[in-house]
Amino acid sequence: MQEVPAIRFENITKAFGTKVVANKNVTMDIQKGEIMALLGENGSGKTTLMNMLSGIYRQDEGQIYINGEEVQITSPKDAYDLGIGMIHQHFKLVDVFTAIENIAMGMDKKETGSNKDITEKVQEICDKYGFDVDPKKKVYNMTVSEKQTLEIVKTLYRGANMLILDEPTAVLTPQETDKLFAVMRNMKADGKSIIIITHKLNEVLAISDRVAILRKGEYIDTVLTAEASVQSLTDMMVGEKVELDIDRPEVEAKEKRIGVSHLTCLDKYGVKALDDVTFDAYGGEILGIAGISGSGQKQLLEAIAGLQRCEKGSSIVYYDNSNNVETEMVGMTVSEIKKMGVSLAFVPEDRLGMGLVGSMGMSDNMMLRSYKKGHSPFTDRKGPRDLALRVKDELEVLTPNVTTPVRKLSGGNVQKVLVGREIASEPTVMMAAYAVRGLDINTSYTIYRLLNEQKKKGVAVIYVGEDLDVLLALCDRIAVLCGGKLNGIVDGRTATKEEVGLMMTHLNEEKQEVQANG
Amino acid sequence: MFAAFFHRAVLQAISLLFGCTGEILTEKSGNLNLGIPGIMYVGGISGVIGGFLYENSLESKDDANWFLAIFIPLICCLIGSLIMGLIYCFLTTTLRANQNVTGLALTTFGVGIGKYFGGVLIKLVHADVPSVTVSTTSNFYKASLPIAQDLGWFGEMFFGYGFLAYTAIIIAVIAAVFLKRTRPGLNLRAVGENPATADAAGISVTKYKYLATCIGSMIAGMGGLYYVMNNASGVWSNNGLDNIGWLAIALVIFTVWKPNFAILGAFLFGALSIAPYYLSLYEIVDINLRTKPFFDMLPYIVTVIVLIFNSLRKKRETQPPEALGLSYFREDR
Repeated sequence: MQEVPAIRFENITKAFGTKVVANKNVTMDIQKGEIMALLGENGSGKTTLMNMLSGIYRQDEGQIYINGEEVQITSPKDAYDLGIGMIHQHFKLVDVFTAIENIAMGMDKKETGSNKDITEKVQEICDKYGFDVDPKKKVYNMTVSEKQTLEIVKTLYRGANMLILDEPTAVLTPQETDKLFAVMRNMKADGKSIIIITHKLNEVLAISDRVAILRKGEYIDTVLTAEASVQSLTDMMVGEKVELDIDRPEVEAKEKRIGVSHLTCLDKYGVKALDDVTFDAYGGEILGIAGISGSGQKQLLEAIAGLQRCEKGSSIVYYDNSNNVETEMVGMTVSEIKKMGVSLAFVPEDRLGMGLVGSMGMSDNMMLRSYKKGHSPFTDRKGPRDLALRVKDELEVLTPNVTTPVRKLSGGNVQKVLVGREIASEPTVMMAAYAVRGLDINTSYTIYRLLNEQKKKGVAVIYVGEDLDVLLALCDRIAVLCGGKLNGIVDGRTATKEEVGLMMTHLNEEKQEVQANG
Repeated sequence: MFAAFFHRAVLQAISLLFGCTGEILTEKSGNLNLGIPGIMYVGGISGVIGGFLYENSLESKDDANWFLAIFIPLICCLIGSLIMGLIYCFLTTTLRANQNVTGLALTTFGVGIGKYFGGVLIKLVHADVPSVTVSTTSNFYKASLPIAQDLGWFGEMFFGYGFLAYTAIIIAVIAAVFLKRTRPGLNLRAVGENPATADAAGISVTKYKYLATCIGSMIAGMGGLYYVMNNASGVWSNNGLDNIGWLAIALVIFTVWKPNFAILGAFLFGALSIAPYYLSLYEIVDINLRTKPFFDMLPYIVTVIVLIFNSLRKKRETQPPEALGLSYFREDR
């Protein structure tokens, strides 16, 4: 007997403008009480497809059926009324509101009753599925995981039977991810349909029942998770065979390049973001930085780059081994550091805010690095353009032209432009924050390969990452931050995921744990 | 003496309070309307035109009916400022034009409209002085309760004002309760903080932006009407309102976007603006061309100090709405 699917897409097509076709003739089903993973490279149209289901976008062609009936979803409200709830990658919460206020907004008071009634019902939902929500807590005081929980509770409160989770695990620790998966299984047992978008294939295999694959906006196939493997899924996603091993080449001659000691920095609210952090970084090594997001990673990299004010007693020393010079970098501005001959490359987390100028093309963005060179009052435009063309070819950046504003490129391509430019500056220290965030597996591996090449050249690479599997496979050593404190440095070859995960969340038990494990 | 000072301070404060409450509502929807001075001009001149037409339609000034004398200018004022609000919304919300540019343009436009029609009226009456007067209408606006005279200083301080003064305070209180306690108020704040979130929660961002901005404009416009009818005794002389408009916008920051604080803040600003007069009356300081500009600056200096303290304190609740000044488009990527 064929059951009526909870959600059915039929011949869905959506284009942005005349050039970009995000979805083309997508036809697929999601059953009741199943967890479906939606898989695809960057720009393959996963989020766009889901946004049509949640009422953010409207399809150009095709129909959506809910429980066998054709529906018109023209606004997020329509989606809610149909029982569809989406947890977006960037949470849709109002920071200055409490948890309850966030749930109450947009709902008719006749339906919900007073805030007290809402609190009671929220408590019921929490008990049923195993959530934990503090109703009076303001969102800006919440951790990422708490915000996500609130988002899920919010959609459940509104009676959602179909949940869409867009990269829910990108910002969670392994423990938090386990908790989320447990909740998802509870919801599935309750008969709810769940669609999860993620780039992490091991998670796909762990949680989903079926996997649907999109490639360049087109629906490829749906496979049973039980019959799939990381390799088979990747091959389907990319459309060809992909090499799936992260290299960790050994570099013999390691030289001390940067010595950070007693580094303390404040965040913009005057709270200590980094607290007495001490470590060394070596040339020919990838030093990973692990930690829950907001544990001071941003401040650490910016302090080394000369962008962050450091408190008294902090010291960052740069060792120039070829000339036997040691330079104290704290207190220097970016241009002073540059003048000292220290060549830093920085791939910041905020690609289009700090890294590149969105409204400028590739070649103009390349020029940001070189406009001071030369003595002529006019800038050299040819050099940057050649460099832009070279980066475009070598890293396979998909852009109509090197003058197309980079804002219009997809996330992966923007990242390639940024990394390409930074590498071209021939750095001695390379810092990258979340370099693969939001990138598909193929592009991610390109980035890892580039970082390894730098390492082999003797560059000191500092890599802030969130995927522990990758950190453990790529990095020589991993420094774990917890609440702004350095909670220890582990060897990437011997450490386990659980060990690092625990160090990210528990500050004081750190020492015993490490001893117990090793 | 204090009662007289208090009375004058309140008179000064009411226009500011109207402007401030209107702008708070507007800004809570994420619209930074810098057109307030223009809107107050348009509100004022629309009221004057209404009063002027009504007075000229009468055989004799004694025939004036109190209801019509109040109602006609009030409706004209509301319609005039509503149109200004609609222009702002259409440009910024529907066409997604830059809010700062639109607001400033609207101020220039509104001041121009006010001066133009003021000039037209002055021409019509062939006056000797460059002003037009609607004193009959103004008298109805200024009428206070009869008990004000019987109660001495107490009456002067609390009952000696025209009805618009009480209206201003009631509107501010209602606005405060609306924003803090009601569901639509919560929705409105959500729109100003994070329109994408509000949209995803099923709130119509466009509807809230339009309603808040248009109602806010009408409230601000009443400030212009109050100024002409009560402070200027019905004399329209083509100036005086720009200061109040800008002060009202400064007051929004001063009161950290809270209409209930606006009542006190407006009183403080009003007191500061008449303080030099009283100080010189009692020969505490000498007010002359040299010192007066300094006293005129006081409200702005206080606002700057509040801004500094507010930024230093970094309390999230006293910051401006997060999406203030940004236009929203659902399909933006």
